[in-house]
Amino acid sequence: MGKLPAWADVILIPLISLLLAAGLSALVILAIGESPVEAVKLMVSGALGSSYGWGYTLYYATNFMFTGLAVAVAFHARIFNIGGEGQAILGGLGVALVCLYVPWPHWSLALIFAILGGAVFGALWAAIPAYLQARRGSHIVITTIMFNFIAAGLLIYLLNELLKPLGQMEPASASFPEGAHLPSLGDLLGMFGIDMFGRTPANISLLIAIIACFGVWVLIWRTRLGYEIRAFGHSESAAKYAGIDPINTTMIAMLISGGLAGLMAINNVMGEAERLVLNATEGAGFIGIAVALMGRNHPFGVFLAAILFGFLYQGGAELALWTSIPREMIVVIQALVIMFTGALDDMVRAPLIKLFDVFRSPARDQVPAE
Amino acid sequence: MDFLTLFQVGDGAIRLAIPLLLACLAGLFSERAGIFDIGLEGKMLAAAFFSAAISAHFAFNPMGGYIEAEVCDARNVCTMQEQPVHYIAPVWIGLMAGIAASLVLSLIHGLASITFRGNQLISGVAINFLAAGLTVVIAQSWFAQGGRTPSLSGRDDAGRTLEGGRFESIDWPGAFTRIREMRDASPGMQFYSELVSGHTILVYLALFTVPLSWWVLYRTRFGLRLRAVGENPAAVDTAGISVVGLRYAAVGICGVLCGIAGAYLSTAVQAGFTKDMTANRGFIALAALIFAKWRPWYALGACLLFGLFFAIENRFPDIRVPALGIIAFLLVSSALMMVYALRNLKIDVIVLGTLSAIFVAIALGIGVSVESITQSVKLPTQLIQSLPYILTVIAVAGFVGKAIPPRAGGEPYVKER
Repeated sequence: MGKLPAWADVILIPLISLLLAAGLSALVILAIGESPVEAVKLMVSGALGSSYGWGYTLYYATNFMFTGLAVAVAFHARIFNIGGEGQAILGGLGVALVCLYVPWPHWSLALIFAILGGAVFGALWAAIPAYLQARRGSHIVITTIMFNFIAAGLLIYLLNELLKPLGQMEPASASFPEGAHLPSLGDLLGMFGIDMFGRTPANISLLIAIIACFGVWVLIWRTRLGYEIRAFGHSESAAKYAGIDPINTTMIAMLISGGLAGLMAINNVMGEAERLVLNATEGAGFIGIAVALMGRNHPFGVFLAAILFGFLYQGGAELALWTSIPREMIVVIQALVIMFTGALDDMVRAPLIKLFDVFRSPARDQVPAE
Repeated sequence: MDFLTLFQVGDGAIRLAIPLLLACLAGLFSERAGIFDIGLEGKMLAAAFFSAAISAHFAFNPMGGYIEAEVCDARNVCTMQEQPVHYIAPVWIGLMAGIAASLVLSLIHGLASITFRGNQLISGVAINFLAAGLTVVIAQSWFAQGGRTPSLSGRDDAGRTLEGGRFESIDWPGAFTRIREMRDASPGMQFYSELVSGHTILVYLALFTVPLSWWVLYRTRFGLRLRAVGENPAAVDTAGISVVGLRYAAVGICGVLCGIAGAYLSTAVQAGFTKDMTANRGFIALAALIFAKWRPWYALGACLLFGLFFAIENRFPDIRVPALGIIAFLLVSSALMMVYALRNLKIDVIVLGTLSAIFVAIALGIGVSVESITQSVKLPTQLIQSLPYILTVIAVAGFVGKAIPPRAGGEPYVKER
């Protein structure tokens, strides 16, 4: 059995997995008596057919870029950070504290400190599971799941008891002051005389997310730390032998991962809601898992997969609006993508390897005789 | 607090513990065989939906149709009414459907993690999402009630009383059922009426599953092999026993138990399915499993303990503790952490030091916000709800009795050639 060429590994396998997931989803849509073709048409026109649709698609995509990067960085160290949800909740708390209690003169200043606040709170929330994994060998999947629930409880408590303004019934913080208002993509393009995206929530955080994608690429493939993280992920014993400290590497990889998940809050809390509400993350932390798997843990792949999922989210909302297909259909698609790209990878890969073996010219691959 | 209140809380604890217990034992079989399963939640949810949906179908459309029969009420007034004819109670068909749904998801998990040697955690995550999405999509398509099933108790559209759509509680002989009778009874009788009697058949079944699991795991050849395959699959393989077969068997048992747990939620506790009705019970069961160190009797203890937390929280939403107690607790635990940290690595000092600082800050915050330090403050309900999660983190941290998982857990077995 040979190996797959790189292009097949990076492009073909995710594509086949995606097609399988799409095919099964189409079957589900058929089974509930709707037309899959109509559904796809609606999704495409709703999510990509107008600048309004694009605005929402890019807004969702921004969330998923941050959480996808978070999962991807941890995956490189062979850590499964399932706690993106909790880290994003805490990131929201950090951003909200920064925006609420400081009278910012200009949004750019507010943004810098909100980035710090979100990243630090997200990283801190990842720190304890990371520490327990590194020092006590506690399974990080278990601890991060538990920390998701603890974060949700903490947020409910803080919103109800401390952050809620007097006399308000809804468990939400006060609205952020004007100085913390981020310009939307529509505003930014408006400065150049381009009228796009209208009043959609896509905002300047998208640019931060793209910078973060680039930053993660530099970190993972162009720095010593990234090398250490990847080496640790490939083989812990070899990394140890090469003088890489497993405790530090686990801690740092998880801190970066948690920080990226926390960064999501500048998009959904600061950019969209402009106050801290319950369930602001809307499961984006979990979608990060699908995005990272789909994007093969590469920042550019994460970028593309995030846009794909942004499209699915916006398209799914349109579906729920115009057909009897409920919004939860997106959760099904998400589940199938995770299943095929993550867990059933071998099911796609093994036949493909055989196929390539058949078509490969035998002479080229033969090991020269000694 | 009188005995009756105590027994009522105990009764609530049992009711809340049962789905946890079934799911926990399900996870126990799976993980003892070396297959991590974080898809318990999804399997329960799928089972909850299908058991409620199928049960509703047969409750609304009896297999034997309707016959005219004379029905007499408590005052002996008899009228002719249409009566449904069920050859078998709809809820039992529902239970079977729930188990089947859960088994299908188990099979997918087995396929991904045993046959295709994929990542078991990722497969579990996918199964949770699959169940969360599909149940609502199908519920909407079948019943068009916003992702729920019709109520299994009450009447149908023609005004006929629904029968057999739920598991009803069984009253033991001589047990009191009215609260007034119970209040005047002796503590022994209160115990019998409140705690022993008055549960559905699934509760007794679930409690019986504990000794059964223990017996299967520790007293049968199958159990020994199952445990061995989770510790050292290569050795089992060398002995000529199929690793794949054993693991599929374990995953199948897990599916059956999760199915019962889900059916219990929608047809015994509630009268129908609602969106996301499992409410993280699958994950709490996972927590209980770790807390129980992967042992059946401990699992019963852990689930009852977690059930008790929820029962207390339901019954007494307003628990007050002296502020001094909380402050002392926070200060002492931060001091303990610092003592541990200072005797170890620099990283311990950084992490635990930060944590201690946060604890001290919270303690100071409480100290400043109360008028006098002896005043009692209300414990947040969220804190009590989060206790199972916090306790689990402490348990896996291994500071108090380390929980060691099966050694080959989570790793696909590759046969040597």
